[in-house]
Parts: sequence; C-alpha cells; structure tokens
Amino acid sequence: MVLPAAIMVFIFSYIPMSGILMAFQDYKPALGFFNSEWVGLKHFRYMWENDYFLQITWNTLFFACTKIVMNLIIPFIFALLLNEVRKMALKRTIQTLVYLPHFLSWVTLSGILIDILAQTGIVNQFLVSVFGIKPIFFLGDGSWFRFTIIASDVWKEFGFNTIIFLAALSGINPALYEAAEVDGAGRWKQTMYITIPALIPIGIVIATLALGNVLNANFDQIFNLYSPLIYQQGDIIDTFVYREGLLSGQFSFATAVNLFKSVISLILIVISYRLAYRFAGYRIF
Amino acid sequence: MYHKTMPYRIFSIFNNVLLTLLSLLCLLPLYHLLMVSLSASAPANAGLVTFWPIGFTLEAYAKTFANTNFLSSLWVSVERTVLGTGLALIVNTLAAYALSKETRVFRARNIYLWYFVITMLFSGGLIPGYILILKLGLMNTLLALILPGLVAVFNIILLLNFFRTVPKDLEEAAFIDGAGHFKTFIKIYLPVSVPVIATVSLFMMVGHWNAYFDGIIYIRDAEKLPLATFMQTIIVQADMSKLDPEAVKNLSQRTIRASQIFISALPILLVYPFLQRYFVTGIVVGAVKE
Repeated sequence: MVLPAAIMVFIFSYIPMSGILMAFQDYKPALGFFNSEWVGLKHFRYMWENDYFLQITWNTLFFACTKIVMNLIIPFIFALLLNEVRKMALKRTIQTLVYLPHFLSWVTLSGILIDILAQTGIVNQFLVSVFGIKPIFFLGDGSWFRFTIIASDVWKEFGFNTIIFLAALSGINPALYEAAEVDGAGRWKQTMYITIPALIPIGIVIATLALGNVLNANFDQIFNLYSPLIYQQGDIIDTFVYREGLLSGQFSFATAVNLFKSVISLILIVISYRLAYRFAGYRIF
Repeated sequence: MYHKTMPYRIFSIFNNVLLTLLSLLCLLPLYHLLMVSLSASAPANAGLVTFWPIGFTLEAYAKTFANTNFLSSLWVSVERTVLGTGLALIVNTLAAYALSKETRVFRARNIYLWYFVITMLFSGGLIPGYILILKLGLMNTLLALILPGLVAVFNIILLLNFFRTVPKDLEEAAFIDGAGHFKTFIKIYLPVSVPVIATVSLFMMVGHWNAYFDGIIYIRDAEKLPLATFMQTIIVQADMSKLDPEAVKNLSQRTIRASQIFISALPILLVYPFLQRYFVTGIVVGAVKE
C-alpha cells in the first residue's frame, strides 16, 4: 500500500536530489548532466566572495527571525485574551474570522495589499486624513517594505497560530482553577500561576522547531510583493535563486546557493528536533 | 467567582470589543475589495470607495467572465484541484494506513517512514526539479502541476497519527470476519477518520487552488495557466504579454482587478466554513501525541 507513494517520492524527490551535483559543475543544458565540466567548489567560493550574497543572507535571517518572534508572542497573547471570552457564539465567530487569512494565497493577498497600500489606496487616505502626513510608499521604500512584510505576515498568520495554544488551553484541568478560586486567587493570579505555566512548554516546542526555519523567509510573500526598487532590503535567498537560476539561466550557481541553504537548514532542523525532544518530549511520529 | 467582580467585568467588555475589532480587521481588506469590485469604475479609480459601493454595478464581473483567458484559467484550476486532491487522497491515505501499523505487522515500516521523512528535510531544490520536469516531457501539461506535489509527507503524518488512535478492537473484529487490509481500510478506517480526512483535503484543495509558482515555471500557453498564476502575472507582475491587447485594455481597470481577486478567493471562502469545524480536532489529534 505504500508503493504508489514510494514510487512518486523516488521520482520527484530522490531523483532531483542527485541533481545537486550540478552545484559542482558548470552545467550547460546542451551538454547535459553527464558531459558538463566539473569545477569543484568554484560556485561556493564565488558565493562567499559576493557582497550581495551576504546582504541577502542577512535579509533572510532578519525576516525569518522577526517573523518567528512575532508569530510566537502575538498568538500567545491572543490565545490568552480569547480564553477570557465567555460567550461561546462570539468566541467561535472570532475564531472563524481570524483563521481565514491563513487560507488565502499570497497572490490574492498581495493583490489586495497592492491595492490598499497604494499611494492613493485606502490605508494612505486614512493616514493622511487622520494624521495629516504625506502618503507612505509602503511597497517601494526599503524600510517600509520590511515593516509591511512583517506586519502582513503577522496579520495573515496570527489567528491560525493560536490554534495550538488553544488546544493546550483546553487541556488544562479545570480542578486547578477551582482550587485556586477556593484559595482566593483572582483571574489575574489564575492566569499568572496556572494558564501561562501551562502554555510555556508548547511555546518552547514551537520556538525550538522554528529554528529549522531561520533560512526560510517565505518566498511566496516576498516574491509577490517585492520589486527591483527594494532588492537591497527585500531580496532573500529563495527569490535570488529563482532570478539567478531560472531567469538568468545560471543553473549551477543557483543550485549551489540552494544546496548551501538546504544543508544549513537540515543541520538546524536536526538540532531543533533533538532539543524539542529533550526539553518537551516532543516527537513528530 | 472572579467574573462577578467589577474590574473583571470592565476588562471583559474591553476584551470582547478589542477581539471583535481584531477579527474584523482580518475581514475588512477583502470586504473593501468586494465593494470596489461592485462600484462604477470612475469613483473606484478616484479612490472614493470605502465601505459601500458607489454607483453599484456588476459590470466588472460581466467583463471578467467575458474574458476567455480568465475562464480557461478558472477551468484549469478546477481541474487541477479536483484531480490533484482526489489522487493525493488515495495515495496518501494508503501510505498512511500502512505506516500506521506496528513494525511486527509491517516489517519495513521504519525504513519507509524515514524514506519519506527525509524528503521533508532535504530536497534537490528548484533547478533540479525544473530540469526533471523538462526531461520527463511534462512541460506545459496538467500533470506537471499535479504529480510533483502528490505525496505530502506532512499530511501522511497527520493521517497516520489519527489512524493510530482508531481502537484496535474494530480492526480485529474485521479481520475475524474475514476482511483483508484493503477492506478494513475502506470499511473501517476511512469512515471513522472523517475529521482528519476533511482537514487534509482542505489543506490539499487550498494548496492546489492557491499554487501559482509551478504554473509560472512549467506552463507556457496562456490558456493552460491555472487561475492563481494568471492572477499573479496580470496583477502582481503586471505582465500582459501573455494576453491579447483587447483583454489588456479591460484588465487595467481597478474594479476588474478587484473582481478577479475576489473571484479567485471565492471558492476558499465558500468551502472553508464547512470544513473549519473539523480542522481543530483534525490537527490537534493528528499532531499532539500523548
């Protein structure tokens, strides 16, 4: 019964893995994989000596780390606040609405963002009329671009990221709260001494597992929102690989960059799973 | 007790208002776009539309649906979503069923499990994948959009963790009655696994519906582009070269762009409320191991 899946995985995952050898060649489509010239670490050396590559590595780390921190803190607070909503109907409605953006694609959302964040868009109209400032060039100015990327990512994902905390909340034994009430603890104290400590372990698991993602800054989001204007502040490894590899046809160099990223990510994932297992007993299967 | 005290009541009111506003914030951008799409093009282009349509008209939708490129893309997306999800469900549930067995029933279980998990951790990347599709002659075909992502290891893990929670007694009873693995799988496991199957199907459908990047790299002809890719090229890249000039004249209008964005999001808006009640149980039971 595993055979269909195993064959598909062999063709579409394992065969491309052998393709990483291209990173050590000067791959020419006309010569093919077997006749292209072997050049050893040439592409990796070029990568290291390239200032722009350091810049995009830094951009990638910056985006990924900020998103990881924000997507941990905000859902945590949101789950705590949502836990205080007593009316079940209201609670469910809120949940349904905040999960929604997670399911819309970055293509759809960037269409929306490009429209509402334009110089004449609704956001700028609002800011100009309320605060009387000049329209902000959200997607064309480097530092505003960074802000927009992080804010829109948080906006899209905070709701969905609360699911795991809500699951942890529903697992808390109600007897703990009853005992605390008998002892005279108010809601604030109950939150401080029961709810928050119950959420910390799952928070640690999420934070540790996120470690494997520090070189993933979300290709889909950046690719659909960036423009040559802000490459310096907005370009990340994945978008760079796409442009160099498929658009400029530098197959070997792009593969080398990708290989570098995959290897680092793999090491980080292995470390993070070990840590998550050690500290929280977490296993994926 | 505490919820009868005055400070908590005040907090509660503030909290409810705050969270309601926050949740509305998740809906407003889409709602605003819907209103733009329903307005006449002059006030929309001048940026006058906020929360209701000005000069209500369905013209943008009429024009969108008169565009043959849009319609063919819509059809490609429907096709890939239905076929892709259906095939993937068959392949992934079968694999998950086998992998959910103990090693003494399915001896090579752990080897296979690692065989799959490794592909989650490491991949050849963009360029080798592209060259593979090229060499297989799948360029510009629907199969190039369906086959590479057919096996989703994360979904297999969700499914297999759920299958493991199915009581062993059910399975034993079926075996005693003479059912084989296939029959047990279809008659026992699938019916009791509705929450996780609904969750996984939702993930797959949304994934196929939203996928645009494979369309960019694998599809050449305008009429074979999936809708997401079509939208990406005209709205995000503003690259009209793939379309005929008559269509381009219409596409540059703000109301039409808005209507297309809204239509592309519509299937998800429609399916999501029915499936979302499953996914909390689906994900939680699948992901958290006791």
